[in-house]
Amino acid sequence: MELKELLRTGLAASCLAISLLLNAGCGASENTEAAGSITIQNKGSDTMVNVAQAWAEAYRSVNPAVNVEVSGGGSGVGIAALIRGAIDIANASRDIKAEEIEEARQNTGREPIGITAGYDAVAIYVHHTNPINEISMHQLAEIFVEDGSITHWSQLGVTIPNVRNDKIVRVSRQSSSGTYEFFRERVLGGRDFELGSLDMNGSKEVVELVGNAPTAIGYSGMGYATGKVKMLKIAEKPGEPGVAPTVQTTLNKTYPIARSLNLYVLGAPEGAVNEYIDWILSDAGQQIVEISGYVPISIKNQTD
Amino acid sequence: MDHAGTISRFSSTEFSRQKDRVERVARWVFLAMAVVMIAPLVSIIAYLLVKAWPSLELEFLLDVPRNGMTEGGIWPAFVGTVYLVFISLAVATPIGVLAAVYLNEYAKDNWLNRVINLAVINLAGVPSIVHALFGLGAFVYGAKFGYSILSASLTLAIMTLPVIIASTREALASVPMAFREACWNVGATRWQTIWSIVLPNSISGILTGVILQVSRAAGETAPIMFTGAVFFKAIERGDFFAYRLDEQCMALSMHLYTMATQVPNVEESVPYATAVVLLGSVLIVNTGAIAFRVWLRNRKKW
Amino acid sequence: MKSVDTSRYRSKTKQTEAALSRGETSTAGIHPSATERSRRTSLGRVRPQRPRWAVIGEHILETVIRISGISAILFVLAIFLFVFREAFPVLGSEEFSLVEFFTSIEWYPTSIKNVRYGVLALIAGTFSVTVLAMVFAVPLGLGGAIFISEFCGPKLRETLKIVIELLAAIPSVVWGFIGLTVMSRIIVQYTDAPVGVNMFNGSIILALMAVPIIVSIGEDALKAVPDSYREAGQALGATKWQLIYRVLLPAARNGLLAAVLLGVGRAVGETMAVLMATGHAVNIPHGILDSIRTLTANIAAELGEAPVGSEHYRVLFLTGVLLFTITFLVNLTADLVIRGVRRK
Repeated sequence: MELKELLRTGLAASCLAISLLLNAGCGASENTEAAGSITIQNKGSDTMVNVAQAWAEAYRSVNPAVNVEVSGGGSGVGIAALIRGAIDIANASRDIKAEEIEEARQNTGREPIGITAGYDAVAIYVHHTNPINEISMHQLAEIFVEDGSITHWSQLGVTIPNVRNDKIVRVSRQSSSGTYEFFRERVLGGRDFELGSLDMNGSKEVVELVGNAPTAIGYSGMGYATGKVKMLKIAEKPGEPGVAPTVQTTLNKTYPIARSLNLYVLGAPEGAVNEYIDWILSDAGQQIVEISGYVPISIKNQTD
Repeated sequence: MDHAGTISRFSSTEFSRQKDRVERVARWVFLAMAVVMIAPLVSIIAYLLVKAWPSLELEFLLDVPRNGMTEGGIWPAFVGTVYLVFISLAVATPIGVLAAVYLNEYAKDNWLNRVINLAVINLAGVPSIVHALFGLGAFVYGAKFGYSILSASLTLAIMTLPVIIASTREALASVPMAFREACWNVGATRWQTIWSIVLPNSISGILTGVILQVSRAAGETAPIMFTGAVFFKAIERGDFFAYRLDEQCMALSMHLYTMATQVPNVEESVPYATAVVLLGSVLIVNTGAIAFRVWLRNRKKW
Repeated sequence: MKSVDTSRYRSKTKQTEAALSRGETSTAGIHPSATERSRRTSLGRVRPQRPRWAVIGEHILETVIRISGISAILFVLAIFLFVFREAFPVLGSEEFSLVEFFTSIEWYPTSIKNVRYGVLALIAGTFSVTVLAMVFAVPLGLGGAIFISEFCGPKLRETLKIVIELLAAIPSVVWGFIGLTVMSRIIVQYTDAPVGVNMFNGSIILALMAVPIIVSIGEDALKAVPDSYREAGQALGATKWQLIYRVLLPAARNGLLAAVLLGVGRAVGETMAVLMATGHAVNIPHGILDSIRTLTANIAAELGEAPVGSEHYRVLFLTGVLLFTITFLVNLTADLVIRGVRRK
């Protein structure tokens, strides 16, 4: 009977395929040096996920025996996974908190060590047709903070062309994001955000949304700028001149909302992980930081 | 006496003309509704294709992502999806078929059977994020599989199980009772009947049900996002056996999500092209399953 | 001559009767020829004997089959138990108030100073986007089902059914992507919405996802109405529309209601599409162009971050329990409604 034979061959084929797959699938567990292939688990900040992926991609040609797996989820996710001992390197666009350090000590017995791999300026984005060019930290806080007083563009003396409703559309990040926490700490002074902001999953989404919405304002890493948005100058105190986010103003700390991009490991890094981190801090790794739109840890021989 | 005015022998009255008008309006309204259903599908696919066109080529499928995922292709994601689909269906199909065999051939019509039916319907309706929560609690942490292809596939298997059970039941029920009775009359046991007559004759329906679930397993993002899918993993271009069961993998659905929301400076056509590859594979597999079903139905001898 | 061993024969008949009264639909396995060892019949023939391994193997197989049969129940229970187990400890915690959970719109799980877990805005978000989606999907779905079942010829019917199946196969992340890119541009262009990702966007996408379910199950329900109803209507001179409106819809009412309920279940449970298309803003909508956040999207967005075992983590699982309960009730209602059809 044809169908019966079909059934039998189908069964045989799937058994064969499954056994092939399982043979390929059963291997040593992660991070062993058996069979010459090492996996480094790298997880954390969504701000850093692109540069982390670029590092992983480039490192493959430097050291093909090492496999780096990159995932995002937010700085909080990365640090939480590090505390559990599930990953090797956590990416964080904020500093580790005291209670997280304590938890890591309790859980794994080891001290988390932070290495700064670059800097980032958190830029304030508005639509390119928005006439405003400068804003003060206080005004920014009043826009985003819970029960803040600034809700419409007219309160800032700004009229957006061609819109009927000039209510400010706030674009923010999800609460797992290091960018979110950094903004809350640095701009809002630890107070909570006002509900009702559009909380985007990734840094790119924030900029894209602002680029499509004339009444929107949002914050994201300065490396994510596109042609449809512009970055505002930030004045630390009202009346002071605003500072634009650039490589220089980030390094010399005149731009108020700048932060370090950190790699966290448990205990002193060893072996393949140590080599990887060294490579990231070297010229090759730092060049990738620059290309990705962030600020390297130092600039040597600036010729522009 | 006057009757409804469609018979020409009778003269049409105002009443019958009004009914005809209503009839014609209704016909057009329903036709419009059917068009409104098809139009989005066609226009969406057309728009995606147009936007994706610059990036669509064989290289896109075979190449690995390059330059911070702004260039290159989607090979690791494609392979990852194939692994996840294959393993999840390999796990779900035997359980689903055997469960349907039980429900259709062995079970009596009592309260247990009704509860099982209810459970199948409910399992089908569980939100995908709740499946993700379950996968996290049961496979990643509970069974200590960790973040791996294994955890993700098992989560997907439980998601696809109810529909496989339902479609297998239909396929088994479509085999006429006379076939079974003939077997019993020559003294076959229940299992012998099932194995030699019922299953072979319903294999078309079973296979169709399983193949249609490929689209579900390939398209879901939430269950694999927390159990085994990863933003980036470097594998060799064209390498089909790159993933191990205990490792994480990239997947097309997850890749589309991250490309759309997180990767900057990428040419506009790349996320569209990823969507086209995902959608295209799903539609091709589904069309193949439907064609297979039609072909087998024409070969049926009863 | 040996006498016929009638005592064994009598006990076998009793066995058969007992089996039939238990409701066994198959009498295979009771007939002695298949599973008994060989015996000399009264006529001296030797019946063939099944090898022992086959008999035992069959019993083992039947046990496996029975276990698979109840696997669906096991998995549903397991899902509920695992999710509830992770959520349970937070119910006893002092800082957490169940009343606040259900009635407050303030969702601040990661606040430094004032942690609040209120999901009212999220429930409102889920509810509003589902209702609006159904406003679009129910007329379209029922209309499509009626068209396919009553108005078109067989070729067109086959084509349309294939189109519906393909529409159902589109993955949810692709729908989310379409909502994020295509729909948001259209919405910004033609309405005065400040942003394109909002409740309206989400509900259009959800409607397009729910329509195939409503159409296929609705069409089954209409097909199940006996032709005699249609013939009776035509004999009385009714037009197609009158037939549909006055005879078929009432007759198929339960099946159509079940179709709508299953569509609702799909809309409530959808995660990725609403995550990308609704703007993900915690707020009670005042108009359809407001951005909202659904329960499902909230879990998906925050689950990764919450440290395992923390209060935030457990509250997210509690939201999962809430979602599971909602979809369970919807599915239970749909099932009872369908069962109402069978009893008729």
